[in-house]
Amino acid sequence: MALSELGLFSQAIILFAALVLFTSFIMLGQTRTLPLIFTFAWQGVLLGVVTALVAVVSGHHELFVSAALTVVLKVVLIPWLLYRLSIRLNMHYDAEVIKHPSLLLLSGAGLVIFSYYVALPIVHLSGLATRNTIAVSIAVELIGMLLMCVRRTAVAQVIGFMSMENGLFFSAVVSTYGMPLIVELGVAFDVLVAAILFGVFFVHLRDSFDSLDVVRFNRLSESDRPSAAGEGAAPPGAHP
Amino acid sequence: MTLLEITLLAPLAGSLLLAFIGHRPVGGWINVATCAVTFAASLAMALGVFANGPLLSSGRMFYIDAFNVYLVALTAFVGLTSAIFSRPYMRHEIERGRVTDRRLRLYHSMYQGFLFSMLLALSTNNLGILWVAMEAATLTTVLLVSLYRTPEAIEAAWKYFILCGVGIAQALFGTVLVYFAAETRLGMARGDAMLWTVLHDSAGGNLDPAVISLAFVFLLVGYGTKVGLVPLHNWLPDAHSEGPTPMSAVLSGLLLNVALYSLVRVKMLVDASLHTNLAGHLMMGFGLVSFMVAGLFLHRQHDIKRMFSYSSIEHMGLMTFAFGLGGALATFGALLHMTVHSLTKSAIFVTVGHASQLAGTQRIDQIRGLIRTQPTIGWGLLIGTVAIAGFPPFGVFVSEFLLLMATMQSWPWLAVPLLVGFGVAFAGLFRHLHPMVFGEPPPGQKPVAANMLPVAVHLFLVLWLGLMIPAFLARWFEQATVLISGASLL
Repeated sequence: MALSELGLFSQAIILFAALVLFTSFIMLGQTRTLPLIFTFAWQGVLLGVVTALVAVVSGHHELFVSAALTVVLKVVLIPWLLYRLSIRLNMHYDAEVIKHPSLLLLSGAGLVIFSYYVALPIVHLSGLATRNTIAVSIAVELIGMLLMCVRRTAVAQVIGFMSMENGLFFSAVVSTYGMPLIVELGVAFDVLVAAILFGVFFVHLRDSFDSLDVVRFNRLSESDRPSAAGEGAAPPGAHP
Repeated sequence: MTLLEITLLAPLAGSLLLAFIGHRPVGGWINVATCAVTFAASLAMALGVFANGPLLSSGRMFYIDAFNVYLVALTAFVGLTSAIFSRPYMRHEIERGRVTDRRLRLYHSMYQGFLFSMLLALSTNNLGILWVAMEAATLTTVLLVSLYRTPEAIEAAWKYFILCGVGIAQALFGTVLVYFAAETRLGMARGDAMLWTVLHDSAGGNLDPAVISLAFVFLLVGYGTKVGLVPLHNWLPDAHSEGPTPMSAVLSGLLLNVALYSLVRVKMLVDASLHTNLAGHLMMGFGLVSFMVAGLFLHRQHDIKRMFSYSSIEHMGLMTFAFGLGGALATFGALLHMTVHSLTKSAIFVTVGHASQLAGTQRIDQIRGLIRTQPTIGWGLLIGTVAIAGFPPFGVFVSEFLLLMATMQSWPWLAVPLLVGFGVAFAGLFRHLHPMVFGEPPPGQKPVAANMLPVAVHLFLVLWLGLMIPAFLARWFEQATVLISGASLL
């Protein structure tokens, strides 16, 4: 269906979905912690706008509740939590180095193409006005996973995890006009608890490992090489 | 108040209460009491379902049929015996200073919260709530794995959190796809398309094959991560070995079962719509690989709890293989295996907890002479390992034998890797166990206060199930077999 044949709101949905995907790519390349958190917040804003537009186009007004929930959780609460933690743990000036940035971004593009392929049977079957954006939602989820795979700081991994949840929420909205409200509430509750637990973890990780660089968390492994703790470390579970 | 409501609300209430007073000595007793109430209610409910047939709650939120009712009773039972073990164990830990008051409150509160989320996952009819409960089960236990706050424990908890979180996110996408297939193809009312009963009864055979196979792949990866299928298992040995022993017992004995239950529920939906055996073949493949890889990894372990965690992965792989194989014989064997593995593995972890308290370490090469220093622990570990390795007359032998028979009937050549795997796992377990139990005890090793009653009860039940399955239990398994595989065994 040509873009100009769709109604105004449907065109807006496609535009904002593309902007959500764009923020995913920005997060892939963003090396500094605070801008990463803000980009994630922007993704939440755009996602809330898309959800509200879908609510208007589809006539399912409970999506307005979902949109409000997303905005409160993913634009206000979770970025604020991460921002406060970053300041408290003095991480806000940290910047990690991405080894092969162009390769990373091209992989992201490859994932988008793969998502279009994966979404083919779904789009074929769907009669919804938003079916053009199903592939975009899968891509946002996969790029969130890519973010978790390649980044070294724990904050970036948490942002990647939350971005994955964004993609999943987005896919539920555009493929089925949102899941039943009780399920949406349950998922939102789980995400909130997960964010709080991540916050608790950052403090523990900082205290134990003196860093939030995940490459350092390697004491437990199957190989017999000496771990970062050195040979004199007490074996796990020994008496203090 | 119905029995189902009691079963679900008791752990929830216990969790809230223990958040405030869990650190006092009475906290341990409240934990045990709540578990006892839950177990009594679940047992009564189970007998009711066995007599009257499946139970669908008003509002269709909860559905108890033959498959999940015995899992609910089993979960409540193992929760109870682990709580009985945990009470003196955690008092000992707090005396030794390994946990603080605040963490003990967290421990007791999250123990009940964990039981609640597992019981919710088992009894819900709504696929979305099933997902929420599985994620909640991960979230409640994450802080418990890192309870001792050593670097290794925190690393293990982080790994558990990230890997299980990512895995389960894939399962959410799979759930969305199932909902999508049901809603578009069948034009159902919005709430209905998430309900398992509706999908199974009226939608069977009508869901679009391409979308539903895509959904199954995502759900297999997602819930399979929680089951511990290779190559998604990396969190399991760390999480099960670093947490306190009662946590290892319930994680190994119960959570893996609940994840496998979710997978089989979804498979029942998929099989009706897909006319190929894709779901079965995928589960067989993952199950067989997990079984063989875990058996090999058993040999390399230096930590006793890690070794038994790999044994858990191996048995869950076997069960996944059995459910994937399908047919009445394999399904009956898998259901029996879920029960006996849960009982045996939790008993083993309890014994291992006492053994590591005795020896002061979890390292295999530093634990020696258990049977000389404290015969109950030595014998408990020996008999437990004999049971889990699949020796007759224990129940694990019966379920593995049924599985082998089923494999030889439908896929004869696959019996060869199964037999080799059994041998490899047995060799690995006993090679490590022998010096621990029979070796020369180090000087100055003294017995510890250990309550081996839960272990004895579990192992006795496993022995009973191996010699003679009681008629009501056999008929229970039979009903579940008919439900899952469509064919009858007895």
